[in-house]
Amino acid sequence: MTLELRGVHKGYAGVEVLHGVDLTIRGGEVLAIAGANGAGKSTLIKVLAGAEPLDRGEIILDGEPLTLNSPQDAHAQRFRTVYQELSLVPQMTVTENVLLGALPTSRGLLNWPAAHARVRALLEEIGFGDIDPRARAGRLSVARQQMVEIAKALAGEPRLLVLDEPSAVLAGADLDRLFDLIRALRERGVAVVYVSHRLAEVMEIADRITVIKDGRVVETMTPAETSEDQIVALMAGRRLEQVYPDREPSDGRPLLDVRGLCREGAFEDISFSVAAGEIVGMFGLVGSGRSEVAHCLFGAERPTSGSVEIDGAAVRFRTPADAIAAGVALVTEDRKHTGLVLGMDVADNATFATLPRMSRRGLLDTRRRDAAVREMVERLDIRPPRPGMPVVNLSGGNQQKVVLAKWLLTEPRLLILDEPTRGVDMATRVDIYRMIDTLTQAGLGVLLISSDLTEVLGATDRVLVMREGRLVAQVRSADTTEDEVLAHSVGVAA
Amino acid sequence: MTDQSPAKTAEPAAAPPGGPRETPTWADRLPYLPHVPLVNLAFVGLALAVVVISGLTNDAFLTEGNLTNLLRQMVTTGLLSLGMLMVILTGGIDLSVGSVVALTGIVSAGLVEGLPVPLAIAAAVVLGAACGAINGVLVARFALAPFVVTLAAMTTFRGLTYVYSRTPISPTTPDFLTLGAENIGPVPMAAIITVVMFALGWVLINRTSAGRSLLGIGGNREAIRLAGVKVQRHLVLAYMLCGLCAGLAGVILASRVGIAQPSVGQGFELDAIAACVIGGAALSGGKGTVGGTLGGVVLLGLIDNLLSLYDVQSYWQQVLKGVIIAVAILARRREQQRT
Repeated sequence: MTLELRGVHKGYAGVEVLHGVDLTIRGGEVLAIAGANGAGKSTLIKVLAGAEPLDRGEIILDGEPLTLNSPQDAHAQRFRTVYQELSLVPQMTVTENVLLGALPTSRGLLNWPAAHARVRALLEEIGFGDIDPRARAGRLSVARQQMVEIAKALAGEPRLLVLDEPSAVLAGADLDRLFDLIRALRERGVAVVYVSHRLAEVMEIADRITVIKDGRVVETMTPAETSEDQIVALMAGRRLEQVYPDREPSDGRPLLDVRGLCREGAFEDISFSVAAGEIVGMFGLVGSGRSEVAHCLFGAERPTSGSVEIDGAAVRFRTPADAIAAGVALVTEDRKHTGLVLGMDVADNATFATLPRMSRRGLLDTRRRDAAVREMVERLDIRPPRPGMPVVNLSGGNQQKVVLAKWLLTEPRLLILDEPTRGVDMATRVDIYRMIDTLTQAGLGVLLISSDLTEVLGATDRVLVMREGRLVAQVRSADTTEDEVLAHSVGVAA
Repeated sequence: MTDQSPAKTAEPAAAPPGGPRETPTWADRLPYLPHVPLVNLAFVGLALAVVVISGLTNDAFLTEGNLTNLLRQMVTTGLLSLGMLMVILTGGIDLSVGSVVALTGIVSAGLVEGLPVPLAIAAAVVLGAACGAINGVLVARFALAPFVVTLAAMTTFRGLTYVYSRTPISPTTPDFLTLGAENIGPVPMAAIITVVMFALGWVLINRTSAGRSLLGIGGNREAIRLAGVKVQRHLVLAYMLCGLCAGLAGVILASRVGIAQPSVGQGFELDAIAACVIGGAALSGGKGTVGGTLGGVVLLGLIDNLLSLYDVQSYWQQVLKGVIIAVAILARRREQQRT
């Protein structure tokens, strides 16, 4: 099978996103698509999935023109797409999700044993035979849900499988199993399109790598012909000289002091401190209790025991409002579900945490609000720089900047960042690291939660490692290695 | 995994690490104008066309008597819709407003026999707000579904109305009629009150912290909670305002008719919801405007008024009204899909 895109143009609401993309996808090959946020990757995926009809251009399948105007069209061609956003129905079982709309029947009635058996076989094929087909999808971890999504795509016996940032939620052994699966599919002649920010993965799995930037294909190469540095340079249109700023060890006064913090069922006996001007990383596998610690420090959840001091004063936050008043800010892990009101505009979203401060005698001081928002838009380089634009129309990196703007407007002393660069392109990451570095010079303390090893070591002064709800190690970032941190996090003696 | 410490490239950075910024183009600097949905323009155009055609073909339409009457009729739906909008913005719904209209109407009519008129009216409006606050507390504090809570409240408040008086109350105090029946110049006082309430509603939604938070709660409750907004308090506020508007509507209605019926107001909640939705509000919350709701009220009022003027039989009126609402909402839906 050979699928060609020729001169594909696609825009939304008058703004063109893809300006003539040419792309060739072949059966039995893994094509990686790399590009910064806003480069047009998501739109390209939607075109392949039939979710968005083309404005102009052609799709050619084995020499014949093809129209993909709906997901049904794509399914009819056995093209399947696994989106980054999970689309499982959480109340339904794994089996129902995987075979949605195609459950086997016998004499007009659903044949559950056959359905479960089929799904179990599919799950085994992808190396996740331990997922129970009868389990409710919503009860599985995010990583497992992702694998169920993939099983669902495989149930359609695809000729073309598009994977959008599958590693955003998969790590370590899970990712290895996914790679094994991709290789097996390639052997069978399936065309795999692998979209990712993570260049190490792209280099490992791809046969060819296509870099897109600003809605155009910049270059297509094999991994042997290129390097991560070159890809980054192509994605950004420039060379990234330095990703992480150089850090001077901080000797600031202690800002946050956590002692023996517990929350039943989530974590126990957590003790650490963050000094003013210090960036402390927190690493751990998904489910190790990192986000729960952050929520407790922010008053969004209540610890069962333990004490927290800020600037030497004991605090007990009952609500996020208490934490904000004390100068704590939390950038949550999932900006779409807990960070932003997607339908509202940049100005609204940037000021939700500071509305009372922006009011005078009960009325919003719109001039003050607009000035504050405009300053943030400029300082964080939010694009397009239009406070009145609904955030749903912004790219992932720019959405994240809006969330940051919201919290910077609260003028925090302690900034907790939970996976701040997930789904964020390299150029924006560099912006974020640089901004954090600048803020710490003014005395801000930062707790950076991340499952990106390079980031958690590169951008921080110290690293805390969590495993199964416990703090298992504290190390200076400069004195350790990725292997050592990873070993702590999985419980293997380093 | 590599076995070295993180890649802090040793190469000295010549360019700023953030990289050269592309200078924003002139287009980036333009203010962002959310495009006015075509359907809004279509509604306005349609309403104007209907007014012009009716004015030309029906002598009764553009008379002072009919227009004043039209305004009076719009007052009840208008106030109820404004209150309903506050609740709908949060993603909720209030089915009890019709019953609150009856309860506050009859209580105000009962109270004027013993209390000065302004005091009786104020008491009834406060009662309306209290009814709303009860709904709000159940929805916010006990996390019950708004539909169910207000369905129960609808029955309860209706029942209380009959407990208060099984028969209509017709106050003898002529002052009681002032609020609903007096005109200032050619304009009914109640219409002016309604316009003022809409203006206040606009200010609340667009120019106060609480108003923005209400919209935000409807759009993404968890994000707003984590932004430090007291979600429960805001929910109670929304339902309380809805009750207050319903109380005001109840008092004005009783005062206009001169008699408070315990059976009044059945189905009023549906007109209010319809006006909000025609005006572009989303029942899922987070979307809706005061101006749009006012437009919805005017449209519904015009439909009622014209169908009566053209002597359409009342059951057919209901059918036509239903169809028109459905078409209007369908037009909205197409519009939403396009954006």
